[in-house]
Amino acid sequence: MTAVRGTGSDKQPMSSESTQQRPRLSVGPISYYWPKDRVDAFYDQVAESPADIVYLGETICSKRNEVRWEDWLAIGERLAEAGKEVVLSTLALVEAESELIRLRGICGQDRFLVEANDLGAVNLMQGRPFVAGHSVNCYNDRTLAVLARQGMRRWVLPVELTHEALAELQAARPDGVETEVFAYGRLPLAYSARCFTARARNLPKDDCRYCCIDYPDGLTLSTQDDNRFLALNGIQTQSALTVNLIGELPRMRELGVDIIRISPQAAGTDQVIALYHQVLIGATDAAEAVDCLERLMPIGSCNGYWHGGAGMEQRPLVVGAA
Amino acid sequence: MELVCPAGNLPSLKAAVDNGANAVYLGFRDDTNARHFAGLNFTPAKMADGIAYARRKGARVFVALNTFPRPGGFARWQQAVDRAAELKVDALIAADIGVLDYASSRHPGLTLHLSVQTSATNYEALRFYHEHFGVRRAVLPRVLSMSQVRHVIEKSPVEIEVFGFGSLCVMVEGRCILSSYATGRSPNTYGACSPASHVEWIETPKGLDTRLGGVLIQRHPKGENVGYPTLCKGTFCVGGHTYHAIEDPISLNAMALLPELAAAGVKAVKIEGRQRSPVYVAQVTRIWRQALDAFARNPDGFTPRPEWTAELGKVSEGAQTTLGAYHRPWQ
Repeated sequence: MTAVRGTGSDKQPMSSESTQQRPRLSVGPISYYWPKDRVDAFYDQVAESPADIVYLGETICSKRNEVRWEDWLAIGERLAEAGKEVVLSTLALVEAESELIRLRGICGQDRFLVEANDLGAVNLMQGRPFVAGHSVNCYNDRTLAVLARQGMRRWVLPVELTHEALAELQAARPDGVETEVFAYGRLPLAYSARCFTARARNLPKDDCRYCCIDYPDGLTLSTQDDNRFLALNGIQTQSALTVNLIGELPRMRELGVDIIRISPQAAGTDQVIALYHQVLIGATDAAEAVDCLERLMPIGSCNGYWHGGAGMEQRPLVVGAA
Repeated sequence: MELVCPAGNLPSLKAAVDNGANAVYLGFRDDTNARHFAGLNFTPAKMADGIAYARRKGARVFVALNTFPRPGGFARWQQAVDRAAELKVDALIAADIGVLDYASSRHPGLTLHLSVQTSATNYEALRFYHEHFGVRRAVLPRVLSMSQVRHVIEKSPVEIEVFGFGSLCVMVEGRCILSSYATGRSPNTYGACSPASHVEWIETPKGLDTRLGGVLIQRHPKGENVGYPTLCKGTFCVGGHTYHAIEDPISLNAMALLPELAAAGVKAVKIEGRQRSPVYVAQVTRIWRQALDAFARNPDGFTPRPEWTAELGKVSEGAQTTLGAYHRPWQ
């Protein structure tokens, strides 16, 4: 297990120096179906980026086959060489035996840390270290404690929870467990057995023709009065708006958040990573970064969940240095 | 196969028990369960009455505690677990790992069922809950096909209950936050999907608009039947087309699959609808009781009677029914 890095506890009290290095930045798994060339080009950029941690793998649909298991491992090696901590992320909705077989492959390897996105994956980890992804429902500290006893070294805050809930969870989190927050990207809102992209194209799921490859940021769903509301991504439904918590980095620091997650989008993810990094090191202020980020988003931004409102709401940025 | 019926209140409980339910499921009157609607559910005293009534008639009582407490609220869920244990309920239906952990360690004699809200869609997940909390039964999410249900049961360490009838979640239960995205309240945190407090009905020159959290979910021409604006059953625009982009307003009716469900080893079939009226509960329970009895008498010759199907159709959302994910017409 020597290759598994960054899984230990570093919950020492924060000094002013250590806050300069923390939180670290992660790049979440690509939630869309991209051609292999695009995936390779994307990770070439990530390798050069200031991101610290990279989550790899297909988390949405087991039919997607542009990037195969060996390819993911090769990408992982490249990123590891570039100094990134690599984590293999698993399917969120596991139904078929073929999916369990693939899951066993991921959970059984010991080259990289694993992000478990379903309790089936947690079970297969058999006590070895893992990250609990945002689709594992960790809503309270008792849940965190149970999972920590099973080997959880890091958890991702469910995206619908508020900063107040996070504060309570941080106050009671088990020793040796890191906390990650989904800070930027279209929000994962739901999973289904059914493929909504295929439905939109009038195709049956068995003959979907991999049509989700045509929508590298998901397929926008609008209301009848033209409010761009959701994004269809195969069996997953996302928000059309992009969550952006860059203005909340001071609060996250205060709460001892260890890792800030950026979820990949079709274009400009490298700039998103760079902007978050600059704000974290104090080179750019959050208000300026917000303006730049707004221009990079497919549609617009939201941050309501963090503040206890509807997820789609956008509360104004309270200006303060990160 | 056991028939498990919804009881949103005492009259519904009696309706279910009187019409042949083997078990009823119900919740306390707060956000500890996933049908947290105004006027629904049980105070502890009413629950005791309900349990006594069910016991007299030989029916079992399951208490749903199937939402996900945040740290500040955890004590309320603990109390609910303790109350259910004091009331000697036949089973607790829970979803949250913390709640399951508390219930299994504090009340080792209490039978635990996994709520559909647990999102346990595969046997490896079921093994986790069985091993750690001694869970005895799981309710499967309504996303699995018949062959997947069969496969889960073959490998499952716990008995399996499936939904047979009622409103249909097209998303994996427990992992859908569409409702809180629009309203701030989700089944996981608040115990309600698309809560009525956030619904607006607005008359327009063209008809009636229904909005959820301000988001236009449905636009009804004048004279059209108006259903409840559940977000996933709204009419939206995708790629220039306006349609039920996520799911049609349709209900599950798996009665035709009873022989297959029984052959697969399904232990219990569940009727959705704690938010529905006692009349609905009575009707649906009575018909399903007849169907299960008919199946038991003649397993090989079972087909749903047309009058059952017609009557169930009348009480269904959208007045239409489907076999849902079990047969996957969209596959």
